[in-house]
Amino acid sequence: MSKLTNEQLERYSRHIILRQVGGKGQEKLLGGKVLVIGTGGLGAPAAMYLAAAGVGKIGLVDFDVVDLSNLQRQIIHQTADVGKPKIQSGKETINAMNPDVEVHTYNELVTSANIRDIIRDQDYDFIIDGTDNFPAKFLINDACVFENKPFTHAGIIRFQGQLMTYVPGQGPCYRCVFPTMPPKDAVPTCRQAGVLGVMGGIIGTLQATEALKYILGIGDLLTGYLLTFDALKMNFRKVKIHRNPKCAVCGDAPTITELIDYEQPACDLRKH
Amino acid sequence: MKVTVNGEPLEIEQPISVQELLVVAKAEQPEYVTVQLNGEFVDHAGFASTTVKDGDTVEFLYFMGGGAR
Ligand SMILES: [Zn+2]
Repeated sequence: MSKLTNEQLERYSRHIILRQVGGKGQEKLLGGKVLVIGTGGLGAPAAMYLAAAGVGKIGLVDFDVVDLSNLQRQIIHQTADVGKPKIQSGKETINAMNPDVEVHTYNELVTSANIRDIIRDQDYDFIIDGTDNFPAKFLINDACVFENKPFTHAGIIRFQGQLMTYVPGQGPCYRCVFPTMPPKDAVPTCRQAGVLGVMGGIIGTLQATEALKYILGIGDLLTGYLLTFDALKMNFRKVKIHRNPKCAVCGDAPTITELIDYEQPACDLRKH
Repeated sequence: MKVTVNGEPLEIEQPISVQELLVVAKAEQPEYVTVQLNGEFVDHAGFASTTVKDGDTVEFLYFMGGGAR
């Protein structure tokens, strides 16, 4: 890889001074490729910090347009962006922030028909699940298991959040912990239950941290742990979780060998 | 006897089933909770037949779906 320019040495100086990053690590980041699925509460801050960190290629997947009610937490979008496709708004924010980043956009809802192609499009190193619904979360998990790609799952609601990181062959997948999808509307979404805006910032930024650590090859990832955060008690907990040998997708005798399109909750499909 | 539920100590009178503990410990939507007893997953089918004893550590893991919109 080419050496860092003088401008890059200055822009990333606070990274480069870190013993665990250095110039070599910054070059790894500039060569890194992260796919962010969903550019909302979680994906917006995650994508922004990845862009600021100089991750060279960032993919943004979303099919929605910016709504006024998004702006309370989806900080990649501005007031003037209302009505604009989220991927376009996200791309403009990243381009304005850091010209080193190449943004690839996918104006689509992830389905069994396109998700593997999207992951393969730029052969992404790491995937961030920033989606708001269970059909997408199970789809991303299964697709990453099939494609042998690491990803970080997260969810936020009200004053709570959780995340875990899957690395192929190194720990449990999402389905090991949550084997089957909850029935439609059984578990409330942010739209139904509300969410404190900062939750996306806290948990999405942790997702970005996992992506950066993975690319840099430093520290311990949340593989084999579910991290839960309660903002009212200001309490983080790391719960140890094991790979489930009976897991339908990553277990010893998988029964799920193809991607599944679960029914989308109607409330999440409704366009504004 | 004392058990630990999601990191918090909980006093119970006698050994009880996971199913009963979900009620006693006020788990939200117990039908969708993933349960770990001393680090091992308990199948939903085993909630009634699995006993929680003194000193056990139980984790209730909840679905959390929000993020994008
Ligand atoms: Zn699994």
